[in-house]
Amino acid sequence: MIEVKNLCKKYADKIALNSVNFSVNKGEILGFLGPNGAGKTTTMNIITGYLSADEGTVTIDGAEIFENPIRAKSKIGYLPEIPPLYLDMPVYRYLEFIYELKRIKLNKKEHLYEICNLLDILDVKDRIIKNLSKGYKQRIGFAAALVGYPPVLILDEPTVGLDPKQITELREFIKKLGKNHTVILSSHILSEVQALCDRIVVINNGKIVADDTSKNLSENFSDKNKILVQIEGEKTKIRSLLSNIKGIKSVSMGKEVSEDIYEFTVNAGRDINIRKDIFDICAKNRFPILLMKLEETNLEDIFLQLTSDDANFAMNKGLQQKESTAKKYDKNEEAPK
Amino acid sequence: MKAIIKREFNSYFTSPIGYIVLAAFFAFAGFYFYVTCLIANSSNLSYTFSNIFIITIFLIPILTMRVFSEEKKQKTDVVLFTSPVKLYSVVLGKFVASLSIFSICISINLLFAVIIAFFTQVNVASVLGNFLGLFLLSATLISIGIFLSSLTENQIISAISCIGVGLFILLFDTLSHIIQIKFISNIFSDLSFMSRYDNFTLGIINFSDVVFFLSVCAIFLFLTVRVFEKKRWD
Repeated sequence: MIEVKNLCKKYADKIALNSVNFSVNKGEILGFLGPNGAGKTTTMNIITGYLSADEGTVTIDGAEIFENPIRAKSKIGYLPEIPPLYLDMPVYRYLEFIYELKRIKLNKKEHLYEICNLLDILDVKDRIIKNLSKGYKQRIGFAAALVGYPPVLILDEPTVGLDPKQITELREFIKKLGKNHTVILSSHILSEVQALCDRIVVINNGKIVADDTSKNLSENFSDKNKILVQIEGEKTKIRSLLSNIKGIKSVSMGKEVSEDIYEFTVNAGRDINIRKDIFDICAKNRFPILLMKLEETNLEDIFLQLTSDDANFAMNKGLQQKESTAKKYDKNEEAPK
Repeated sequence: MKAIIKREFNSYFTSPIGYIVLAAFFAFAGFYFYVTCLIANSSNLSYTFSNIFIITIFLIPILTMRVFSEEKKQKTDVVLFTSPVKLYSVVLGKFVASLSIFSICISINLLFAVIIAFFTQVNVASVLGNFLGLFLLSATLISIGIFLSSLTENQIISAISCIGVGLFILLFDTLSHIIQIKFISNIFSDLSFMSRYDNFTLGIINFSDVVFFLSVCAIFLFLTVRVFEKKRWD
């Protein structure tokens, strides 16, 4: 449904996007992650035709945004980070304006009523937008993006500034929309992306550093050799025993769980299974192991790994992953001019 | 484009700007009509139209100052430029809306002609010529104002720069007389809005004057479109 190929954009001397490639399938919700200034909004602005790219193409349902902007734009509903609302207009009149601007063929009255009902803004439809709360403004922006039920929805941080109840409601709504629409969702809230999105694209310094499902990212990035153990006994002795196991890189002391029970995080070299060795040495010295588990890597950790500038490993891993999961990329990537 | 014209036109009346411009124009035009026709016992509306030139220069910037600068400031331009609408339709839509408002302003002059017609014979051709001249002048100044408002997010800067340009245009006639270098003097003389507008107030509808105003208008609307094209590429 959306095909982004070799997208490059420069602002003066700063490279905002550097050969960005990704695609979104029909009916898929794609999470777009990245730190501030990574290029998320620039990418979204280019996809929606608000900005032009120095290089590359964006195809929306077969229509190229630069060559056939009218057709491509007619398939997109865009909710930017700051909803573009005419504050001096009443809600319903604003939606009427959007309806007329997009030249929608559906029955105006029924369609707008349906959208107002979906977004729960019927009670404020005759009020001036500037007098409404942030939550309502966000929903009106969302309603405007939905006018005409475009097949593609691009949502830039749609839950920013909303209260927890509104966030939950909006997430549910986005999830429902994902069944009939292709959605690109940008957010800083990683749990939100994890909960809503079928696939996640992580962008950093204008480059895609990961493109996979949340599950695969967690699996690929979790450190299988980082083990958390709770052991009963003398802490210094346990620590010294653990440190002496062959292949152990470091042992860090955690909290004291209860009297004489301590928590340790054991880091081993890659491709070494140390769980058996830990068990053997503790059993031999009669230090009962009360808990042993692999440390789980959550999306936050992955995000930090991927977006950390000095984490070349993460970058490489992200790119390897992209290849291994056979992404539909154009391999002919060029550096920006 | 229809949607943009409608929204833009209505927006003048959801803020005080539309009312202020209309009220100010009617007040000044009424004053000049009173002085040049009623007190002077004259049925010639040309003097009224001639004096309105200066009001136009001050009122049009108030009308156009927010056209694009407000959109940029409030980030509502995203709606216009991500909708399936051509860029020139957006610019033209806003231009037509502003021109419609100002056309309501200048239509008061037709009412003056009707008032005079109750007492004496009116030279209809002269009135229509004057009206056409004022309409073309307004359209040209509006296109300049819209162009200037596309360059900034600040309404005040937009308005002041537009007034500045308007006053500079007023000087063209004077400059053409002061400057000794004939080539430059001729340029100012040819570009003079005042002398071309005066032709209309005298009841002379010169084809070259009409083309001049329409050309300047088209150039500034084109430049406005280019400003947004450039913004997309920056």
